[in-house]
Amino acid sequence: MTTTTESSTPQPTQRPVWRRLLGFNLLTAVLLGVGGYYLGWFIGRQIGFEGSFHYQTKSDENDVALLLAYFFGVIGFLIGLGFANYPLSRMLGRPASLREKEGEGIGRYFGLCTDHKVVGIQYLVGIGVFIFVGAVNAMLIRAELLHPTPKFVGPEQYLSLVGMHGTMMMGMMTSGIMGPFANYFVPIMIGARRMAFPRIEALTFWLLMAAGFILTSTIFFGGFPTGWTGYEPLNDQAALGMDSYICFFALVGISMALLGLNMIATIMTMRAPGLTWSRLPIFVWSVFATAILMVLAAPMLIATLLMAALDRTIDTSFFVAGGGGSSYLFENLFWFFGHPEVYVLALPGFGIVLELLPVFTRKPLWGYRLAVSGMLGVTLLSFFVWQHHLFVSGINADLRPFYMLSTEIISIPTGFIFLCVMGTLWKARSTFTVPMLFCLGWAFNFLIGGLSGVFLSDTPSDTDTHGSFFVMAHFHYTIVGGLVFTFFGAIYYWVPKMTGLRFNERLAKAHFWLMFVAFNSTFMPLFVLGMKGMPRRVSSYAPNLQGLNVWVSISAFVLGFSMLIFLANVVYSLIFVRLRAEANPWRSKSTEWQLPTPVPVNNFEQIPVFDSDPYDYGTPVAPIGRAQPASAGA
Amino acid sequence: MSEPNHGRRFALIWLVATLIATPLVVVLLGPILPPGNGSEQASGKVTDNTVLLAMAMPVLLLVVIYLIYAVIFFRQPKGGVLEGPAVRGDSRIQTTWIIVTSLLVLTLAVYGTVRLEAGYGAGSGSGPSPVTVPSGPKLPVQVIAQQWKFTFRYPTYGGVETPHLVLPVNQMVELHVTSLDVIHSFWAIQLGVKADANPDVDNIAFVKPTKLESFEVRCAELCGIWHGAMFDYGHVVSASAFNNWIHQQEVTFAPATKVLPPYSTTYLPEPTRRGG
Repeated sequence: MTTTTESSTPQPTQRPVWRRLLGFNLLTAVLLGVGGYYLGWFIGRQIGFEGSFHYQTKSDENDVALLLAYFFGVIGFLIGLGFANYPLSRMLGRPASLREKEGEGIGRYFGLCTDHKVVGIQYLVGIGVFIFVGAVNAMLIRAELLHPTPKFVGPEQYLSLVGMHGTMMMGMMTSGIMGPFANYFVPIMIGARRMAFPRIEALTFWLLMAAGFILTSTIFFGGFPTGWTGYEPLNDQAALGMDSYICFFALVGISMALLGLNMIATIMTMRAPGLTWSRLPIFVWSVFATAILMVLAAPMLIATLLMAALDRTIDTSFFVAGGGGSSYLFENLFWFFGHPEVYVLALPGFGIVLELLPVFTRKPLWGYRLAVSGMLGVTLLSFFVWQHHLFVSGINADLRPFYMLSTEIISIPTGFIFLCVMGTLWKARSTFTVPMLFCLGWAFNFLIGGLSGVFLSDTPSDTDTHGSFFVMAHFHYTIVGGLVFTFFGAIYYWVPKMTGLRFNERLAKAHFWLMFVAFNSTFMPLFVLGMKGMPRRVSSYAPNLQGLNVWVSISAFVLGFSMLIFLANVVYSLIFVRLRAEANPWRSKSTEWQLPTPVPVNNFEQIPVFDSDPYDYGTPVAPIGRAQPASAGA
Repeated sequence: MSEPNHGRRFALIWLVATLIATPLVVVLLGPILPPGNGSEQASGKVTDNTVLLAMAMPVLLLVVIYLIYAVIFFRQPKGGVLEGPAVRGDSRIQTTWIIVTSLLVLTLAVYGTVRLEAGYGAGSGSGPSPVTVPSGPKLPVQVIAQQWKFTFRYPTYGGVETPHLVLPVNQMVELHVTSLDVIHSFWAIQLGVKADANPDVDNIAFVKPTKLESFEVRCAELCGIWHGAMFDYGHVVSASAFNNWIHQQEVTFAPATKVLPPYSTTYLPEPTRRGG
């Protein structure tokens, strides 16, 4: 098929290579990005002349120059991709169009494309690359911790690795499901032909790529010592590499806020006829809840980092004790963003699990309304718990009972999700396919994560576990055990739809089992290490803890190896063998599986009309508890 | 083929497992839970952790046994295409679940609050003006954190500042934790004390050591490259041994005490900006 279309339109392929490279594409973007970088650097050097500001007298480093270099670099990169074309042409009075959507073949994936399906795949691959970088950092961290004193990379590089690992993962995984799967499937699931703002959709992706590149570039500036939290005044004290962190997270924040805004607008305004709120697939609900969090939380992060950047460059003192500022302010602002952020990571996972379970249990989703209220409850409450990160800091100590209460209350809506999972599994006809296994893995891991959270929410108990490996184990259980497991579940479930190719089942099962066992074997002992008094982010620790640490490191390497199995499966199944996937291998009743593969550019020839939710599984039970819709014909 | 009564069977398995496992865990794990019994606060938190663990066990077992049960019994026969029952919810179960989890959660919050305030902050840094303050005489000790060490100042002993932390047994100690540069966190592991050290902040924690022992002191907040090396031992000694030690310190550090700034709850060190 593709060959005939190419031969029928021969003109684009006959243009010489150099001609095709001219124009707005990734190559131009990189060139303009580099150009912008050096322009910003040059301007920064002119502003930051000798003795003008404090930052120059303390060291040779010019934060103004680096921040401007990043700023102009990103602007150049975006212009090179063609993001300025449309606004400019509109200003010149040209008509509105979705021209960027056109185009054929592999080239679409390397530039500005407004097809939500292309953006979804761009996200999956792009984020994957940076998550790989983060994972390699984790391996190096564990290699250092094989020995109780820093021997392998040294304390400075160790902290850079910790900071890069945490920041990269936190930044990239916020869009781990929202980027690839929400962008790809939300429009299809709600019966739309595109997202509400297709160019903004593309922008969120390319901003994230620029951000990932900037964070990786921190290694050229000495890294940063603060971990992903970037606490002041250590932030202020740190060398140039800190600016990479600030730029990275600010760009991630912009990307998050725009992605959230786009999702909200799409879900609210572009649902097909008949798709009422109570018929919305539960995954779309989870995306909606996450999007609300992103829009409300991310601007706080951007503002906070702007203040940190001003402190570092022109000597403001938002966070400087004795200058009218306070290190508490940063902690408050950061966690006001930071706690919703961890629910940005958790909620899409809930959605994936609840979306996939009905397919593999052959049952309708149990407790749909409960699940929705659980997600919205988490969304609302997550803005009222942030000071539980600061129980021992001395901030508002008299308010600690309130934050204890609010934190523990948030486990009620989270419990709803568990009840829905359990209800759906009851008397099910489960098939234990790979996506189903990952969902069950989620249930176990998130349970451990949640129950360890009970200890952390209790102020007396938290006093001992705060800042220790216990916390580290807790949030890896919720994020890796929660989000990353569902991320892989979604990959195994949906990639056959996205690519038309299927994975090797045996390798996929090996991946799951090795990952599940190695994950628990890595993070379960960390609870013990934390309770025995091992603080987070240390490169030297008590020698009597070496045995457990070696165990953890080896388990972590096995966990890393399980990821290599996955990569091998990707290369083997999707690149070499290329086995065609069935049209609907899971016998799913969801909209996306009813479409042809590959999904046509405009998704639907005719906008579908919905008369039920997509969980029409199962045989009706004899005494029907609730009135069935009259249209349901069995 | 008649289905067994899964509901009753599962409930029975869960009940038996809970009744066996919970006491077992409390008896076996309870005594070795952190932070040990080095102080009143620490012992109190061993109790807290035991209570939390006892409350978590039934929930843990409920979900884990349920998952295992569902995986064993609710399967699709090999190659089958059977559908499950089309049950979309059960308002009775949902209401019960909401009530039970809410009660559990409220119990936890009330219990945590009572234990926090009754334990005078349970060893946590409680800010410059703690809500509950123990009555009776208290020994004030200032913990001054900086990159990358702790020093300790005893204002009632001539404001002497020493690199060693020695505390008398059975005496309520009022720790004033502050920092000279970035945020640190003073963690006396076996005493169950943790309090962040912020510049320009006086963070108070109460602790009453009850056991003659050495305890580990660590920094629990990332503070730069030697964060992991910010480590020392402190000692809990008898009242008379403490008196001897502190007078010896006063003599040893007399020349240094003379040039120290006067005792203050917080310090604003110079330079106030980027140090290194």
